[in-house]
Amino acid sequence: MSAMELAVSTGGRKTPAPKLPGARALVECLKAEGVEYIFGHPGGAVLPIYDALYDSGLKTILCRHEQGAAHMADGYARASGRPGVCLATSGPGATNLVTGLATAFMDSIPLVAITGNVARALIGRDAFQEADITGITLPITKHNFLVRTARELPGAIRAAFHIATTGRPGPVLVDIPKDVGLEEAPFSYPETVDLPGYKPTYKGHIRQILAAARAIMNAKRPLLYVGGGAIASGAHREVRALAEKCHLPVTMTLMGLGAFPGDHEQSLGMLGMHGTAYANYAVQNCDVLIAVGARFDDRVTGNLKTFAPRVEQIIHIDIDPAEIGKNVVPHIPIVGDCRTVLSVLLEKVKEKRHPEWWQQLEEWKREYPLQYPAAAPGEIKPQAVCEAIYEVTGGEAIVATDVGQHQMWAAQYYKVRHPRHFISSGGLGTMGFGLPAGIGAKLARPGKEVFVIAGDGSFQMNIQELATAAEHNIAVKVAIINNQYLGMVRQWQEFFHGRRYSSSYLGSLDFVTIAKGYGIKGILVTDPDDVRPALEEARAHDGPVVMDFRVTQEENCFPMVPAGGSNSEMLGPKGWME
Amino acid sequence: MTDRREHTLSVLVENRPGVLSRVAGMFSRRGFNIESIAVGTTEDPRYSRMTIVVLGDDGDVEQVTKQLHKLVDVIKISELDPAEMVERELALIKVSADRSNRSEILQIVDIFRAKIVDVSDRSLVVEVTGDTDKVKAIVDLLRPFGIKEIVRTGRVGMARGPRGVEGSRRAVQGLEAVGAGS
Ligand SMILES: Cc1ncc(C[n+]2csc(CCOP(=O)(O)OP(=O)(O)O)c2C)c(N)n1
Ligand SMILES: [Mg+2]
Repeated sequence: MSAMELAVSTGGRKTPAPKLPGARALVECLKAEGVEYIFGHPGGAVLPIYDALYDSGLKTILCRHEQGAAHMADGYARASGRPGVCLATSGPGATNLVTGLATAFMDSIPLVAITGNVARALIGRDAFQEADITGITLPITKHNFLVRTARELPGAIRAAFHIATTGRPGPVLVDIPKDVGLEEAPFSYPETVDLPGYKPTYKGHIRQILAAARAIMNAKRPLLYVGGGAIASGAHREVRALAEKCHLPVTMTLMGLGAFPGDHEQSLGMLGMHGTAYANYAVQNCDVLIAVGARFDDRVTGNLKTFAPRVEQIIHIDIDPAEIGKNVVPHIPIVGDCRTVLSVLLEKVKEKRHPEWWQQLEEWKREYPLQYPAAAPGEIKPQAVCEAIYEVTGGEAIVATDVGQHQMWAAQYYKVRHPRHFISSGGLGTMGFGLPAGIGAKLARPGKEVFVIAGDGSFQMNIQELATAAEHNIAVKVAIINNQYLGMVRQWQEFFHGRRYSSSYLGSLDFVTIAKGYGIKGILVTDPDDVRPALEEARAHDGPVVMDFRVTQEENCFPMVPAGGSNSEMLGPKGWME
Repeated sequence: MTDRREHTLSVLVENRPGVLSRVAGMFSRRGFNIESIAVGTTEDPRYSRMTIVVLGDDGDVEQVTKQLHKLVDVIKISELDPAEMVERELALIKVSADRSNRSEILQIVDIFRAKIVDVSDRSLVVEVTGDTDKVKAIVDLLRPFGIKEIVRTGRVGMARGPRGVEGSRRAVQGLEAVGAGS
């Protein structure tokens, strides 16, 4: 019986709603939500749920660690825009989800996490594998529920999907005691949600939009600063239309990459700590800054006191009122959905050109291009690997990254052309995110090539998901940027701790043999001439591949604004930039 | 930036388990201190009302209000205008008292229109209701007799006049763009 049939059968007054055990009801709810995959790992408290899933037609992916499950659901959501679903048992299963939930929370990713808990009578008694997961995840979920009866379950699931996917998206956890999964209750899937305290604002205030239009029309040195909110709201077309109509330079945050084509002539690339010099100069010199779905994070602004010193008007468009004024007080705040607001704003502005401003920007681009030192003979530069991935895929592949130097090089040298094509843990900076997120992305977009740009340190934090990729032949192409270091840590130690490389050396590891152990094709690359052939070989292979690129060990990631410094003071490969 | 002062927020929430910890947790997580918090159900048993007193400048309170508003269980938040609200708290004060000083204490209790709610041969329990200043004043006057214990409810507040708290000067529900952040 499908959820539709169930819903219909409850529509007629005469037939009472059919009774279903909680676990079966959960399955019907997930079907009604259009869920395709459930990423999870079983255990005692979720056995009733796994039993109900067994012949449900829903696809379950057995992740080898619950953190992997959360990241897979997250990668699925980032690549598709649809909510990801993960499932874990009580206690350690649930706590293993925590990092994944926090990652999704920081980046506003719609996720529904379902956990089992001990039976109701045991709650609060320190029962075997009991954890107060709703308490633990309070600060890292958008909302969470402890389902107390099977009767409440459909409403909780309906509300969870609604909350996760509307307004500013985010993860929602639903904790289901084991016996609720077994308890029978009349089932019907509610069509509406009853959440009197939850009403996101979508439409921006027209007076504010008009003020923004005026500011843009009067700007001499405008700059469009685009964050992940633009991608979440699907505003990429509007961002591009506005930029082209008003001749605006566009810079993106790590989360915003792909909201505007990275290869567009008006793109300045990423801004902030490892942003391009010209993007940061543009921020420091603009007179009108238009922030779209971005939150003035410290990695973007550097020292707030010296951020955008010449700015006269800051326009801040965000669906979350709490973001407005949190770090930077804007002159023109607009609370609303980025896409909805931009589409109105677009009608209120006229065509405009900024030849002088662009002349200046072009000069900065020429003078301070994104660059890295030439490779010595036989040396593979990590940046060159990222660049090669861009070139062989034409920027059409989805790229998922880990966290560290390689992540920044990927952001700099893989010019993302489309939204939802760059998948990276921005807010939390979670090592080990790349592989599971890439697997989730590949399942969401099977027709797309998916590359994982991994760090040799990060990769080992969720390496077990190679087994998941192998089991289902999920064709992610993993490029390990193997510098034998926790490179980003080593870089900070080099600059700020007198080269005392405390606990940052990893040493050599044979990733090809490890891949082989998981039944996955591995390619070792030690010669720069083999970089492209290896990538092509990996692309041609029907299945997952692990490429181990032995790159320069002590390469540094530039430009760099030291933490808390001013965005106008950047370190480059040749020292401080002017 | 305005001066730091006490702000009284009247917060209508769903009457559900865990709501108090969600609200309290948000304050500590965002680095704001709750001076006082009082919770009870409203005329409608589905909802509870929290009166929260928080110390900060206007910007802090605006941020706290917005963050509070993001909690799904929070329905309405109003900041009570100090000039247009009544605010009360109740305190129970256990004072050492014997035959020699009991009448002196009773005089103080009278002046403050407080009540004696328990008597023993060595102590009195005084119940006093009023604003924070009044409670502080009686505590100060009773201190020389020897205070054994004080229990306070925390402050509750309500806007003056016929309208419910939702209609008060600064109902900040569903923050519109105008004014946000200014
Ligand atoms: C789970 C987690 N632990 C620690 C850190 C701190 N950290 C940030 S980057 C980094 C090094 C990453 O090394 P690797 O994955 O090899 O990337 P590389 O910088 O060498 O490219 C560390 C330890 C983190 N971001 N996440
Ligand atoms: Mg490394």
